[in-house]
Amino acid sequence: MFESKSGVLLIGGLGFFLFAFLSNAVVPILLYRHLPEQSVEQLVENNQNLMYQFEDLYVRYPETFKKYYGEPTQEAAAEALRLGRQVYIGEGCWHCHSQFVRPVSNESDRWGKVAFSEEYQNELQRPVMFGTRRVGPDLSREGGRRGNDWHAVHFFDPPLVSPNSPMPKYTWFYDGLSFDALLARLEQQDPKLLETLKAELGDDLAAKRAEVVAQLQARRPELAAELEASPDAPNKRGLAIITYVQWLGSWLEQYPDYENYVPLDEEMENPLE
Amino acid sequence: MTVSANQAGDIPPVEIPDGELVEERLVLWYFYAALAYLFISMAGGLMMALQLVEWNPLQGSEYLSPGRWRMIHTNAVAYGFIANAFLGALHWAVPRLTLRPVASRRLSYFIFDAWQIVVLSTAVGILFGHAQGIEWGETPTWIDPLALAGLALVAFNFMVPIAKTTGPLYVTLWYFMAAFVWTFLTYAMGNFMPEYYVPGSSGGAIAGLFIHDLVGLFVTPLAWGLMYYFVPILLKKPIWSHGLSLVGFWGLAFFYPLNGIHHFLYTPIPMFLQYGAVVATIAVEMVVTTVIINFFATIWGSTRQLVTNLPIRWFYSGMVLYFVTCAQCAMQVTLTFQKLIHFTDWVVGHAHLVMFGVFRVWFFGMMTYLFPRLLRAPWYSRTLCEWHYWLSIGGITVMFIDLGLAGMFQGYYWASLRPWDESVIGSQPFWMIRLFSGLAIIAGQITFVYNLFMTWRLSRKAPAWSTALATA
Repeated sequence: MFESKSGVLLIGGLGFFLFAFLSNAVVPILLYRHLPEQSVEQLVENNQNLMYQFEDLYVRYPETFKKYYGEPTQEAAAEALRLGRQVYIGEGCWHCHSQFVRPVSNESDRWGKVAFSEEYQNELQRPVMFGTRRVGPDLSREGGRRGNDWHAVHFFDPPLVSPNSPMPKYTWFYDGLSFDALLARLEQQDPKLLETLKAELGDDLAAKRAEVVAQLQARRPELAAELEASPDAPNKRGLAIITYVQWLGSWLEQYPDYENYVPLDEEMENPLE
Repeated sequence: MTVSANQAGDIPPVEIPDGELVEERLVLWYFYAALAYLFISMAGGLMMALQLVEWNPLQGSEYLSPGRWRMIHTNAVAYGFIANAFLGALHWAVPRLTLRPVASRRLSYFIFDAWQIVVLSTAVGILFGHAQGIEWGETPTWIDPLALAGLALVAFNFMVPIAKTTGPLYVTLWYFMAAFVWTFLTYAMGNFMPEYYVPGSSGGAIAGLFIHDLVGLFVTPLAWGLMYYFVPILLKKPIWSHGLSLVGFWGLAFFYPLNGIHHFLYTPIPMFLQYGAVVATIAVEMVVTTVIINFFATIWGSTRQLVTNLPIRWFYSGMVLYFVTCAQCAMQVTLTFQKLIHFTDWVVGHAHLVMFGVFRVWFFGMMTYLFPRLLRAPWYSRTLCEWHYWLSIGGITVMFIDLGLAGMFQGYYWASLRPWDESVIGSQPFWMIRLFSGLAIIAGQITFVYNLFMTWRLSRKAPAWSTALATA
């Protein structure tokens, strides 16, 4: 039996595999059968925190938001969440960020409530995004912790807001600024240069776009580059990934997580309280 | 080449005309393909290493994003290098063990082409951002059914000669047969269930099974099967104990599939299942110890071969590193150890040690042995072979120690509740050393490929070089 073909194929190959499958896969499925999978629409429906963030995106980035999602409705939020999850997977975010807080190593002090089963029983966690590596921090309590503008700049160039971060840039999450917006930006940042340009090229700069861009590329290259991609114009994927990150943990009662924060040394002064 | 079987009295000797048993050209093709993917994989690893030390010159390009190339790195190793090298080695070993050619030569070539298409489309799919959210299973969902069909064809192609053999089966064939069944089931389970049917924690349990079974039920049995085949041939003596071979195989078959959940300890997966996975993992390490004892008892008395016989040195170096990996695994799988090292570079070091330090090292041994036989020319330079060995082994040893240490530092940084940045800054020296150990490994593979190229040229010039070495 132990050296025959049928023994190896049926007992070793099939039998032991099925035994492991029953005990390690079917058992947890049965244990969680009382927690049906929620669809994205159900997730969005009663989530005021998420809708607040989604509307905030609409207010901050009206141009691109209207272009890609129209109005900040629940349907649009569901669409953004689905795409956001796809981006999270496709870009490999889950290989450097986890989505579960462990009950050990002071993790609940750093991030908040320890992970529990219910929060994973939904469409966006199929496949589950537990993750196995943390180069960057856990993200399952990230929602509401930082503003949408922070995230927009962070995805564009992480070290700008998070020095020492080894996270790559995601400039393809962004559209370029429109030429008008660029001129407005120039007026704000460097009115002298705008005057000079007007003196050289005439008052109607919009008509001399090519010359203006050439001049800017020589004198203010970082501003000219924003015509290609600007942190102020997150595109469909950019808005989606920000929505997804803001969703993480937004279902918790304690939101955002730092609201009830007590500094560690204060906590330690009265450990019995 | 004439092969005759006379191990059992009642089996008539089989006469096979020269060149009809092993399709040697296909073995070569598989090995070339494997080496090509090896370089793609190393390019991905290098890019990630550069990114971590903030030296990546390719920032800002969507298709050169380190996040995507990280997935190409792992998938190119698993499905590009390891799967191709396996198929090459199986085409060499299975016909020789069964004394029969594979089911169909045409099918073999079809599988070769189909598999390259599967791997290349995986790479392209990941490059364009269509990865699937399952670790080691990032193959875009639309390729999964194709890959599965390919695995079924592979199993059929090799099972036909195995099924035709009569009499007792050699150890290697137990491992191969079981692996054909396991690989198919594992791939189907891991790529379809968590993606389409099972969300959340229980889906995580299945994803854990998949991660682990891919190493444990696809790579490990095929690789050990090949060790049981090549080591006795090279040492010219049988495996020390048949009983221990039995323990090794059946212990692996029973305990290995039960390990998966240990990838997700301290998650909301029910705790008793986590404990079960921990216990089963420690049991696997006991089994591994018996296998290691068996192989070291086999070489006992011929240890001079470790110096003179390069393939044997590769094989036994891999076994030593395998034992290190498994000893490490028995420790790190405990919940105590997990508190500290989970999510850190310790795990990355462990994965590199097993995928490079063991399995790729074994393949380099097989290639070092087989290329001269396939090309019918001796190695262009033994010195370059030595460089390949020492750069690879040196590189992976430094990388493993470095990442293990980095992992412990990271674990303590995080638990200390200092700002997250500090763990990143503290990791920089380790990441720098890792970068250079990786470069040493890459340099080793470049010497290997250069040596191979020169050998190939030699074989072109002197086609008369015969199979005299074939028995060496």
